[in-house]
Amino acid sequence: MDQQQFQKVVDEKNPKVPYFMNMLKAFIVGGIICTIGQLITFFYMRFFPFTEGTAANPTVATLVFIAMILTGTGLYKKIAQFAGAGSAVPVTGFGNAVISSAIEHKSEGYVLGVGGNMFKLAGSVILFGVLSAFVVALIKTILVNLGVVSW
Amino acid sequence: MVNTFGTLQFTAKTCIANTGIVVGPVEKDSTFADSFDEVLSLETEKNETNEQAHSHLIEKACYWAVKNGHTEIDKIDVLIGGDLINQLSPTNFAARTLAMPFLGVFSACASSMESTILACLLLESGNAKTVLAGASSHHQAVERQFRYPLEYGAQKPKTAQWTVTGAGFALLEKDVKNAPVVTHATIGRVVDSQQKNPLHMGAAMASAARDTIERHLKNTNSKMADYDVIMTGDLGKIGLSILKEMFQDENSGVVLQDAGAQFYGNDTFFNAGASGAGCSAVVFFGQIYNQLKKGVFKRVLLVATGALLSPLTFQQGETIPCIAHAIECRMEKRG
Repeated sequence: MDQQQFQKVVDEKNPKVPYFMNMLKAFIVGGIICTIGQLITFFYMRFFPFTEGTAANPTVATLVFIAMILTGTGLYKKIAQFAGAGSAVPVTGFGNAVISSAIEHKSEGYVLGVGGNMFKLAGSVILFGVLSAFVVALIKTILVNLGVVSW
Repeated sequence: MVNTFGTLQFTAKTCIANTGIVVGPVEKDSTFADSFDEVLSLETEKNETNEQAHSHLIEKACYWAVKNGHTEIDKIDVLIGGDLINQLSPTNFAARTLAMPFLGVFSACASSMESTILACLLLESGNAKTVLAGASSHHQAVERQFRYPLEYGAQKPKTAQWTVTGAGFALLEKDVKNAPVVTHATIGRVVDSQQKNPLHMGAAMASAARDTIERHLKNTNSKMADYDVIMTGDLGKIGLSILKEMFQDENSGVVLQDAGAQFYGNDTFFNAGASGAGCSAVVFFGQIYNQLKKGVFKRVLLVATGALLSPLTFQQGETIPCIAHAIECRMEKRG
């Protein structure tokens, strides 16, 4: 059996990835997380002196706190196995990546272990998040200066 | 000893005198649960780290093998073992406690059979009388080294396998009554079938298993039908079906089995089944050894399969080379 035939057998035996169901599950779970986030935003605007713009910060902090509890109790990975991108893309996924790394590396101490490895998975989210924010801001600055749009 | 292109023939009646099997709490519900000597109640027990727990798992399996074999720790001439963690530290640390002359081996999940082959060679040459050989893996320690943090929410595909927490060690001696005899062994070649997915290792390892089985059958002039079972280590459900497809002309359906595919039964939580160096060690030295001893099986071929990847090589885009080592065990009539 040569390489091509072998690859054919492998491809045949590979279980089909249920793309549609995966997307549906991701949409529903991701949607639920975002709805909870929206409710938290309303909560901060109703009971605290936050505006729609400034309520985002405490909302994110609250969601990450909830993700921390769920990660610590082992529930987040169970949700993730069902939801896939639905629980990975929202800010709770970022929180899960940071917190799971922190728990994992506690055995090597707080400085070199937790401190040095906490952002191992989430580091690239920060890097490319900052990079894409810079690129988008640059484009908008150029468009504003050209008079196409206004701030 | 006669050597035919990687297949060794042992003439000195090297026997598996007894075995010791210790597994973690998840493995309690395994299909092979009857054959375990001890099931731990916690994954890390009283240890602070996964790696310490891994070492203790190995120590315990060795103590069980020695106890079951009615011998003593200081009567062991050589300990041979391996695991999957960097620099073999769990096995090295266990060997520190056991204080036996020690050889550490690595061929990933094929380590169980590599150490058994070396043990047989030591016995055959007359340089040792009693050898402890085996392998182990610890789910949490392996997961951390090769994949993501334990609590990280990554969706696992249906091809993924669950690393077994378990250690299996065998006590090998010459001329033991009512014990299975290792008659042949085939040393594996490193085979690369250009697979790159570390969450689908069954596909990568199937080619290595096929190469070793094919060479073994050819060198020993045997057919698949001559064996009660030809069991691979941890191809998983999908890997096994690929292997069967490669042997389709030879009526392989019943004879070819896989320890990893059967380990957790049909529980879909474990996706394609079990894997890890402990998987083949625990099943081969547990269930299969017991069946041989009872006389249910008379002749078996045990093929442990190992994927020789590291977290570094797959991130650098390398393919996954694999190896499979095999031993043939026979049970002669009781007498």
